[in-house]
Amino acid sequence: MIRLSFTDRYKITRLRALMTNIFSLAAGLVVISIIFLIAGVNPLFAIAEIFQGSFGSMYGFKETITKAIPLILIGAGLTLAFRAKFWNIGAEGQLLMGAIFSTWTGLAFGNTLPSFVIIPLMFAAGFLGGALWGIIPAILKIRYAINEVISTLMLNYICAHILTMLIVGPWKGASRFGFPGTDNLPEASILSVIPGSRIHYVTLILAIACAAILTLVIYRTRFGYEARVVGENPDAGKYAGINFFKTTLILMAVSGGLAGLAGVGEVAGIHHYLSYPASVSSGYGFTAIIVAWLAKLNPLYTIFSGIFFAGILVGGDAIQISLGLPAATVEIVNGTLLIFLIMGDYFLHNKINVTFSRA
Amino acid sequence: MEGISKSFHGIHANKDINLSVESGEILGLLGENGAGKTTLMNILYGLYQPEAGQIKINGRPIRITNPMESILHGIGMVHQHFMLIQNHSVIENIALGYKDTPFFFPKIKIREKVASFSRQFNFTIDLNRKIWQLSAGEQQRVEIIKSLLNGADLLILDEPTSVLTPREIEELIHILRQMKADGHCVIFISHKLDEIMNICDRVVVLQKGSIVGSADTNQTDKKTLARMMVGRDVVFNISREKIDRGPKILSADQVHVAGDMGLPAVKGVSFDLYENEIFGIAGVAGNGQRELAEAVTGIRKIDSGKITINGKDITNLSPRHIYDHGVSHVPEERIRFGIAPGLFLYDNAILKQHHLKKFSRRYFLKYDQVKHHTRGIVDDFRVHTHSIDNQIKNLSGGNIQKLILGREISEQPQLLVASHPTYGLDVGATEFLRHHLLNLRKQGSTVLLFSEDLEEIFELCDRIAIIFAGEFMGIFDSDDERLCEIGLMMAGSNRM
Repeated sequence: MIRLSFTDRYKITRLRALMTNIFSLAAGLVVISIIFLIAGVNPLFAIAEIFQGSFGSMYGFKETITKAIPLILIGAGLTLAFRAKFWNIGAEGQLLMGAIFSTWTGLAFGNTLPSFVIIPLMFAAGFLGGALWGIIPAILKIRYAINEVISTLMLNYICAHILTMLIVGPWKGASRFGFPGTDNLPEASILSVIPGSRIHYVTLILAIACAAILTLVIYRTRFGYEARVVGENPDAGKYAGINFFKTTLILMAVSGGLAGLAGVGEVAGIHHYLSYPASVSSGYGFTAIIVAWLAKLNPLYTIFSGIFFAGILVGGDAIQISLGLPAATVEIVNGTLLIFLIMGDYFLHNKINVTFSRA
Repeated sequence: MEGISKSFHGIHANKDINLSVESGEILGLLGENGAGKTTLMNILYGLYQPEAGQIKINGRPIRITNPMESILHGIGMVHQHFMLIQNHSVIENIALGYKDTPFFFPKIKIREKVASFSRQFNFTIDLNRKIWQLSAGEQQRVEIIKSLLNGADLLILDEPTSVLTPREIEELIHILRQMKADGHCVIFISHKLDEIMNICDRVVVLQKGSIVGSADTNQTDKKTLARMMVGRDVVFNISREKIDRGPKILSADQVHVAGDMGLPAVKGVSFDLYENEIFGIAGVAGNGQRELAEAVTGIRKIDSGKITINGKDITNLSPRHIYDHGVSHVPEERIRFGIAPGLFLYDNAILKQHHLKKFSRRYFLKYDQVKHHTRGIVDDFRVHTHSIDNQIKNLSGGNIQKLILGREISEQPQLLVASHPTYGLDVGATEFLRHHLLNLRKQGSTVLLFSEDLEEIFELCDRIAIIFAGEFMGIFDSDDERLCEIGLMMAGSNRM
């Protein structure tokens, strides 16, 4: 009889962690291959196509970096909230609120202020918008014990509808010929890009800086310490005299604020005007949850997991076009890889012992 | 049990253990915290699988892979923390674990059976009461009935007396003697020498996972057993040198505090604490001790009354402000309040102190100092860990407790509020801790000690208050002759 038993692995080396992740990805790709086979596509060709589309060509790589910007920003912010066990599922709404605030700022002052004033102002407005949208569920949770998963999720829809209301109503641009959407932002308030690409580098630098600073905040500062204690054990936090209200408020302001910054990047860097919610964001707020998780809640690692996931998004688009697969294929690839990475985590933390014995 | 071995994280919890029990025998299993007593019994009960060795019943080797099988083999276990469903009645809880419970109307069939068992062992429990309405002693009896009803020939009791009042302990001993007379055998896990000597026929001593000795209790004495258990001589009576108390530190005036359910838990308690003093509050658990301790340290709001420290009003200040007034706290539920389980040892070593100048600049924590401080605590308080970069949840309960105590004591607090500080500690650690408390007293600190352990109260305290139903039955100097009535006062009669 073969018996399996599991024991905790209490020391984990970096090499083992890396190898586990690589192995998990490989196992995930095998399952994805089966799905491709069922869809009637040569899996090797499809996987090569995903890679080619995202990292293998200059065009693809630039697109990947472009899409990584919001994922890194939001993902980094989410690591902070998740560390404190505040399940912020509302980054999508926080991003949109940031987009709304910054669009207003850009439209209102973009014609009168020079670029080096208006752009920081727009980022500040975007941060503020996201932060406000993030603080609401924090207050609801602390004061009225309302579950943050529900409230953050619902606030996404509310924000999306507020945005839609604005662009079909009061903010509808004269230059849109009756179609929903604001006018284009003035020239001064548009983020410049690396020539030949859509990479709005100011936001990219901001994203990497935020990830680095947040890492420092979480692991080195008093605030980060308090957030981690509260997340691990709220009762111990109370006993240690940590102000739960203040801590939660700050961390949700930061988490929401970073999502707001991502919204600024999307509007001022990519679209240049505010259009429908689905085209402003394309679900970055949700994908970033996976990005944060994959980074093991370490903000610095969201830089890598953000680029990795952006690659899957871009590669998925590529196979949609070149192989004529349905859009849902990308989601399947996404989900499968994630499940395998999470399963890999279990094997990283637990050792499996196989013993053969006679029954 | 023959040659049983089991290890966690590469450390042997049990190593090549041979153990046997005969019917009509009460076997004591003695050992320090983390000596492997509970692990060994969990193997016998089928909760863990041994890595080597085998278990035989009546000479026949058996294999126990889960508790259901061990119950069928006639083994019953009463855990340290009871496995009962709080919102269900006694009879429902018993029916739940009974193997012949019918699917429909389960209670009717077994009610008569339970009643006859109760008569046999002189249990008096209302079968319709809910578990949460019962005292710890009554809950334990429900657990014992459950096991006996399932036909347990061998009953394992894991630290059964740790939650009981002295009177309830007497009753438990009575029950155990009766079981013995009926031919049952009992394995009694404990680290309290008095009980082992009193209850058991034979005792086996475990140390660091191995058996280091065994003896018949009528052929040995406490000192010998203690030496076996700790591996060195233990002083039983620490001498408390006479020190004159200093100026007044804390004053509590007519303090009223509500409990978790909103009902009054502390009802108008007043006392003063002085420097160089250990003030003990004795009483059976659940008489307002926890609420009072939390009120003094700021975790719980005071409804009315006033608490001052050095003349400054600290009533209802935040826990951090009260800490800054020099009040440390070793909480009763240490795992619940005292640690952040997933964080490292060094993170936990500064919980509550992380805002001090010593450990933090304006925004940043000084991790070098923090780690240095942690290493000091780990060395001084003999916390067993492979490194301070270890998540604290990987440590045993006793070691977590040592770290918390180290954290709270190392800063030389002006007032230490200690709730059951030696609860669950072994003889060696207890001795060490009591010395520490006396040292604090000598150096001018005050200790407010909550304890159910009368031996501890008498050994350490200068003055003793007895609390019952949220009120003090009296405050006495430790040499007051009226204290011979302490048992009665703890039970609520004889107010002084």
